[in-house]
Amino acid sequence: MKVSVQQDDFDLSTEVRAFRKNPKIGAIATFVGTVREVPMTLEHYPGMTRKALEKIVREAQARWQVLDCTVIHRYGPLQPCDQIVLVAVASPHRGDAFAACEFIMDYLKTQAPFWKKEQTAEGERWVEARASDDAAAARWRS
Amino acid sequence: MKAGMKVTVLYFASVKEQLGKAREELELPAGVATVEAVRAHLRERGGVWAETLGESRRISAAVNEDMVAPGARISAGDEIAFFPPVTGG
Repeated sequence: MKVSVQQDDFDLSTEVRAFRKNPKIGAIATFVGTVREVPMTLEHYPGMTRKALEKIVREAQARWQVLDCTVIHRYGPLQPCDQIVLVAVASPHRGDAFAACEFIMDYLKTQAPFWKKEQTAEGERWVEARASDDAAAARWRS
Repeated sequence: MKAGMKVTVLYFASVKEQLGKAREELELPAGVATVEAVRAHLRERGGVWAETLGESRRISAAVNEDMVAPGARISAGDEIAFFPPVTGG
């Protein structure tokens, strides 16, 4: 398991390759979030971010067969098309890998202390939390 | 009368900007023992404090780096953080 909160970019292939040493793994699901259209700066709560991400990964491990997992979240200034977040999950079969990957992203969106501030043509503005993100996280509780 | 607790309070993102403060050491009056009581205590400063931490505002809180509900109890030496709903990912 690897959790990293960093300013630097990451490489999907490198992260996935690190999983392919365990012959029990038969499925790897990955999600990469990227910056859409507007430059932004990501602020976070150092100390808590890592802890929050580790807690989310542990919850996923308790629900599904997760043999390996990598979560990388960037902070600082980012440009359109830059990578923001990577979630990669390795499981024996695809069902667990897909579900755990989506669960981690949904929980990360509502539980990990990151905040986006967009630099628009009209000036800076904080991105508002979306009700649809709360709903996405809530459906795993049923 | 029991003396108040000393805690550290952190502010992030839009809350930090509106308050013009990222962090402070605070001595709480006796009886202020939950996260929502700390928020109400800070509101009593009036001005931007009353506005930013107003009851109608959606503000999340953490105690010692764990997200908590408003009724969470606090202890001396705790690190309490107030911030807007998170928007990472």
